[in-house]
Amino acid sequence: MPTLSEAESKRRLAGHGIAFPDERVVQSAPEAVAAAAALGHPVVLKLGGEAIAHKTERGLVRLRLGDADAVAEAAEALLAAARPDDGEVHLLVAPMLAGNRELIAGLHHDEQFGMTVMLGVGGILAEAVADVAFRLVPVSRLEAGEMIDDLATQKLLGEFRGEPAVDREALIDVLVGLSDAAMADASILSADLNPLIVVDGRPVAVDALVEVA
Amino acid sequence: MSAVESDGFRALFEPRGVLVAGVSTHPGKFGFVSLHNILASGYTGAVYGTSREAGEVLGIPIVASVEDLPDGVIDLVFVCTPAPANADLLRACAKKGIRAAFIASAGYGEAGEEGQQMQADLVALADELGMLVAGPNGQGVVSTPANLCAQIVAPYPPAGAIGIASQSGNFISSFMNYAVQTGVGVSRAVSAGNAAHVTIPDYLDFYAQDAATRVALAYVEGVPDGRTFFERTRAVAASMPLVLVKGGATAGGQRAAASHTGSLASDDRVFDGMCRQAGITRAATIEEAFEAAATFATQPLPSGNRVVVLTTAGGWGVVTADAISRSSLALTPLPDDLRAALDDKLPPRWSRNNPVDLAGAETRDTIPEVIDLIVGHPEVDAVIYLGLGIQSNQAALMRGGQFYPDHGIERIVEYHERQDARFAVAAAEASDRFRKPVLTATELAITHPANAGPVAVRLSGRLCYATANRAVTALDHLWQRAKHQQARVGA
Repeated sequence: MPTLSEAESKRRLAGHGIAFPDERVVQSAPEAVAAAAALGHPVVLKLGGEAIAHKTERGLVRLRLGDADAVAEAAEALLAAARPDDGEVHLLVAPMLAGNRELIAGLHHDEQFGMTVMLGVGGILAEAVADVAFRLVPVSRLEAGEMIDDLATQKLLGEFRGEPAVDREALIDVLVGLSDAAMADASILSADLNPLIVVDGRPVAVDALVEVA
Repeated sequence: MSAVESDGFRALFEPRGVLVAGVSTHPGKFGFVSLHNILASGYTGAVYGTSREAGEVLGIPIVASVEDLPDGVIDLVFVCTPAPANADLLRACAKKGIRAAFIASAGYGEAGEEGQQMQADLVALADELGMLVAGPNGQGVVSTPANLCAQIVAPYPPAGAIGIASQSGNFISSFMNYAVQTGVGVSRAVSAGNAAHVTIPDYLDFYAQDAATRVALAYVEGVPDGRTFFERTRAVAASMPLVLVKGGATAGGQRAAASHTGSLASDDRVFDGMCRQAGITRAATIEEAFEAAATFATQPLPSGNRVVVLTTAGGWGVVTADAISRSSLALTPLPDDLRAALDDKLPPRWSRNNPVDLAGAETRDTIPEVIDLIVGHPEVDAVIYLGLGIQSNQAALMRGGQFYPDHGIERIVEYHERQDARFAVAAAEASDRFRKPVLTATELAITHPANAGPVAVRLSGRLCYATANRAVTALDHLWQRAKHQQARVGA
């Protein structure tokens, strides 16, 4: 069961209403510098590839790159960090998004009930908090809304530390988008949008990992 | 449901005649107990028996062969014979026009490879004969509209609107024991046993179309085909409340379920999401499940979540306010016009807020009047009434004391009991008149079930909740279903 690169994962899920950051896939440091300039600093730079699943653990994600020099330096370091068994690699340039709240969403196959959509509270304490809700695919907008209501940590969805409340319709878009992607593409075995950073109230999938048959 | 299936369920639940196969003369054996229970519950159809030796048991003539029975008068066979004998038995039964069988015999799917093969053969035979085969390895079937108690254990419940199906026979007994205790009755109950030919969703489908059943109640451990289970239970829950308990919700419970019914482990959070999506009322415990089902069967659905607590003493109201605040219900602020109306009825020491605490301020007619004012207010969706039966409890102490009936005691005892009965009736009547749930809770329901208060609640056909917390839990389930339905109106 191969996992797809972040860029390919996002491509598989795109077109169903899930908000992804405006990102560029490039091959070299000069291209990364140009892309960063076009997107506006600061940016995030990631080394991507079909065989690279655990970018953070391997230090292949560079955050908050504030100018062209920082981007160039990070791009060269990341390309140099590629290992022979990573296969073909590329650089992913994305705007640096900030928000105090992180959610997770995804598609998971249950042995008894088949494909499900999952929504949970994200962040570093996500596993300990274990505040998640599931629905079976296909998930309607009404059901996606009820799923949001199922989360125990409702306070996180309201106004929070000076940030507006989570845009409910936008979050429903993400959940229904996952369901639609699963219905449209039977080869998808699982998907993880982790984290979904809440930027000015809107959930944005800054990372995605899709597993296909 | 196909015509054949529908006909099979009618034969199972409303048989014109019943045959017990494998009747025993030993009063400890299933072949005796099942015959006894059928006769003792007042079944009015014809009852027949077969055994290896012809004779008479409990006044019923027992024949040695199915061939010796009349044609076309028996609909159901209750099978207590050993598994290897059952294939020939069912073929003979089919020739007599029998269209449903309940197989109590063990030795099938739960008994190793040989048993599993026999179970597969049993299913094939059922299909070949066009016979509905319930079980095997089940404890029996109960149907109060037919006065039928074809099972190998007690009890026989009072008649009512709850239809029960369980993967575990013991919980059929547990649910029906609660029915006996509370007076909230049962329409049909069936132990699915190994559920080889007829599964839990099959029974639930029947209940959804059964005029005698208004609420379905189920216990499951495993769901072999989750998708089908979801689609079918969603259809059932769209037409009637479906209350479900799942055994094996935790890792420890799943290990136990694997050895009990061979059920696969699954992520309980997925199961929970499935229940919410299907509109199933999922209860955590057997007791909670029965009380939810009993509440669906005896109270109208609320149209909102605004609850008022009416209590004759403060502490109960406080604890109930806590329970409401932890649920999806709302302890609604008392509307100004309702407060003013209550001020007219009560001396100044009442709480003047929700909970409405009468603080002992009530006189002869206060409680029925206050109940009417609160239940009838358009900004109140449901009421929980606490404090019923206190005076009757005192009356019981007086009635048993050495001073009874002198010193005016007899008169006050009768007054208290009359008043408590009147309050229970007032709560039920207000609920009926305004079509809103009014739940009465007092521990006297279980500590002193003969108390005039709880007795009158039971006579009104309603459940007298043993604690306010349990009333809140039940009402919360009603609101969850109401909300689920409201969101889907016109969708």
